Amino acid sequence: MAKMWINMGPQHPMTHGLWNLRVEVDGETITDAEPVIGYLHRGWEKMVEDRHYPQIIPMADRLCYGSSFTWSHVYCLAAEDLMGVEVPERAKYIRVMSDELQRIGSHLMWLAAIGPDLGNLTIFLYAMRERELFMDLFQSLCGARMTYNFPRIGGVRNDAPPNWERDLVRTLDYFEKRMDEYEDLVDRNSVFRMRMVDLAPLSAKDAINLGVTGPSLRGSGVKYDVRHNDPYEIYDELDWHMCVRDEGDVYARYRVRMDEMRMSVQIVRECLKKMPKSGPIRVKPPRTAPVGTGMARMEDPRGESLMYIIGDGTDKPFRLKVRSPFFVTLSASPVMLRSYKVADVPSIMGMLDVCMGETDR
Amino acid sequence: MYLDLWQLLAGLVHWLMVDIIGPIFGWLSFHGIEGWLTRPETLYFITVILVVLIVFVVGMLVSITLIWQERKMLGRFMDRRGTQTGPIGLFQNFADALKTLQKEIIVPANADKLIYNAAPVIIIGTSLFLMATIPYSEGFYASDSDLSLILTFAIFSIVPFGVLLGGWASNNKYTLIGGMRAAAQLISYEIPMLLSVVSVVILAGSLSLNDIVWYQQAHIWLFIPLIIGFIVFLIAMVAEVERIPFDLPEAEAELVEGWGTEYGGLRFGLIMMSEYARGFIGSALATLLFLGGWDGPFKGIVPDGLWFLAKVFIVFGIFIWMRAALPRVRTDQILAIGWKKLLPLAVVNIFIAILFKTAGWF
Amino acid sequence: MEETVTYTIDQVKSKIASAFPTEVKFEDKVRPRRLFMSANKDALLKLCTMLKDELGFDHCSCVSGVDRCDRFQSVYHICSCSSNITLEIVVDLPHDNPEVDSVTPLWGGANWHEREAFDMFGIIYKGHPRLERLLLPADYTFFPMRKDCETGRK
Repeated sequence: MAKMWINMGPQHPMTHGLWNLRVEVDGETITDAEPVIGYLHRGWEKMVEDRHYPQIIPMADRLCYGSSFTWSHVYCLAAEDLMGVEVPERAKYIRVMSDELQRIGSHLMWLAAIGPDLGNLTIFLYAMRERELFMDLFQSLCGARMTYNFPRIGGVRNDAPPNWERDLVRTLDYFEKRMDEYEDLVDRNSVFRMRMVDLAPLSAKDAINLGVTGPSLRGSGVKYDVRHNDPYEIYDELDWHMCVRDEGDVYARYRVRMDEMRMSVQIVRECLKKMPKSGPIRVKPPRTAPVGTGMARMEDPRGESLMYIIGDGTDKPFRLKVRSPFFVTLSASPVMLRSYKVADVPSIMGMLDVCMGETDR
Repeated sequence: MYLDLWQLLAGLVHWLMVDIIGPIFGWLSFHGIEGWLTRPETLYFITVILVVLIVFVVGMLVSITLIWQERKMLGRFMDRRGTQTGPIGLFQNFADALKTLQKEIIVPANADKLIYNAAPVIIIGTSLFLMATIPYSEGFYASDSDLSLILTFAIFSIVPFGVLLGGWASNNKYTLIGGMRAAAQLISYEIPMLLSVVSVVILAGSLSLNDIVWYQQAHIWLFIPLIIGFIVFLIAMVAEVERIPFDLPEAEAELVEGWGTEYGGLRFGLIMMSEYARGFIGSALATLLFLGGWDGPFKGIVPDGLWFLAKVFIVFGIFIWMRAALPRVRTDQILAIGWKKLLPLAVVNIFIAILFKTAGWF
Repeated sequence: MEETVTYTIDQVKSKIASAFPTEVKFEDKVRPRRLFMSANKDALLKLCTMLKDELGFDHCSCVSGVDRCDRFQSVYHICSCSSNITLEIVVDLPHDNPEVDSVTPLWGGANWHEREAFDMFGIIYKGHPRLERLLLPADYTFFPMRKDCETGRK
């Protein structure tokens, strides 16, 4: 059969979010691939040029709705860099804890999504069941389950309610036991391993050059994590380590995310111990930003997110640029797909943790 | 204690026709009809129709109950309750059937009409045909032939043909690919399945399903000496019925379309129904060949048919368990497992069976 | 694996200043692990080649376009996995002819960012393997992020 281009999408049960993957197949084998995006483009960067600085925080939540706290957090960090605002200590700890809880939630969503891709609905329901616990924690903290509107330029909106820390510790204990269940179901399952091991390896050199960041980069053996190499908030005061794997295949990326979930639990526990028991959680920022630029980088669950903001002396930003990790990982995916089979596409793309909200903006 | 269906129905029909309906016609002075109705050939014909009807209905009811079992059991594996319509969810199948009946049947424009219509008929027809050869207990069966084993597996193997025809006749290159893949999978798993059945036949010494069960009642349930063959048979059966982990031919996420995509409405419902009917047949065959059929304790109190059904539910429960725990296997990996791993095991199993037979242990 | 040399901010600054004394100007802003500079658009490719080959800046985080009403800007954020330094390079481009060399041959990570800047602002990146619209449909004729493009919000 001659080579032909097949469209996998934009309506396809496998693609989480709306995008099109055009693959050139020769029989069963993929010879080239081209992701086509833009279906979810909302003109976010143009919209924020007409909004006041605090109004942008809920908009940043909706950049990637699966992991919304990290996006409003990086926006607040960039705005604080521009305005020169110093965040109080307790607010930093609350932000870091919410970040890590959001990371667990986002990774659970990813775990739930790969189940049906590979044909197993059980892991979907287990991961969603656990994710509900974390959404409940966020609901008691800030009132919303998904898009929180919680950080503010200068701190966070409100302090943790009474008993939140007790609920948090209970949830973390329960969750760690459940993590063992997932590993039982997936890691020791030879069919899962057949679908994941030795598939789509990405060399470290390719990964760094193509701009891949996050678990996909650490799965290829590169020790790079923005929380570690370029620390922000209080990450340099905490005792934790990066989760890195050397093999670079799909199984390595899967393992890195599972290890990251456990590491996030450890970070949250340590924050609870080190957090100042009381203190201001918010500082009032200036209403208008000075003329200048601000930039902040952060480790989003999918990789490195960056916001570059230009202020022009008014109360609205002149330019706000969003660097989304999945945008770049998606542009690197044809390298990973070549010479593998069409049936491997859900496995490979699912492990990269698709989120189209941040890609298309 | 068992229900001898043929004798019961023969007696019933005889009583009904000769003692009740015949004399009615005689009283009405229709002696010709009375004579015709009470002839042994007519009685036999009516008995056959009634037996087939009853066995068919029981078989379909058991298949539908397997669907219910799957939904409830799969739900519990996934930490949820499963279907809830009706008491403990029993009405869900009827609700699904009613819904499927109401769907519009759309035929693709350039499809080959004859073959497009014939393919589901082949698939569901052969699956339902097999209800006739499966005995539920010593007396409850529709046909007891000396070659019922060969007949069953021969009819079982017609389905790849129907799948290929269905995929081709839909005038869609993706369903054609799906049909070819499904046929490849079904044909390649026939061979380990049949080889493990050969080992059973070697030990039991007969090709009739009833005789195989009597052999197991007299000696030992055959899954104990032929444990390898039992496992090979179960795995091959999961692949034959196209369940997860071997359901890549009908998975939407990987393949662009499966072979049955262009079928809508009742045709699609029948294709789904045939999947569960074949699941029932597969579990029933596993029970009859390896698990002792209707053999069980408390022979005087508990009817044999109930032991048979209990074992069928247990074997199907194992299939459901596999579905809950395992993801899909890729097509080339499926074929690799079938040819490279199951086939040698089945051959080893035959050697073990020959060993046991010549040593005279069983 | 060759030895990766790590540089401090001052070392990087002095190396760049000695290689490009007139084309690159450093800004006064001080932040930990950051270096802010602006570069001439003709020296950009040489600067980036030097950054990649000699100074170990192997990861291009982001390429942004900015419309400053009287000129365009192309802002590069480049970081080094070994030295943990992030550079911010601002390149000014003339408003009527915004063209600059593409850094995609050096860092594959800049590929889609440059396409997006072209899509949104109309900045041409010379030497880009495939400079087409990315997020917007291919038949759009305007560049939405330019300041003269109205949103219609009252």
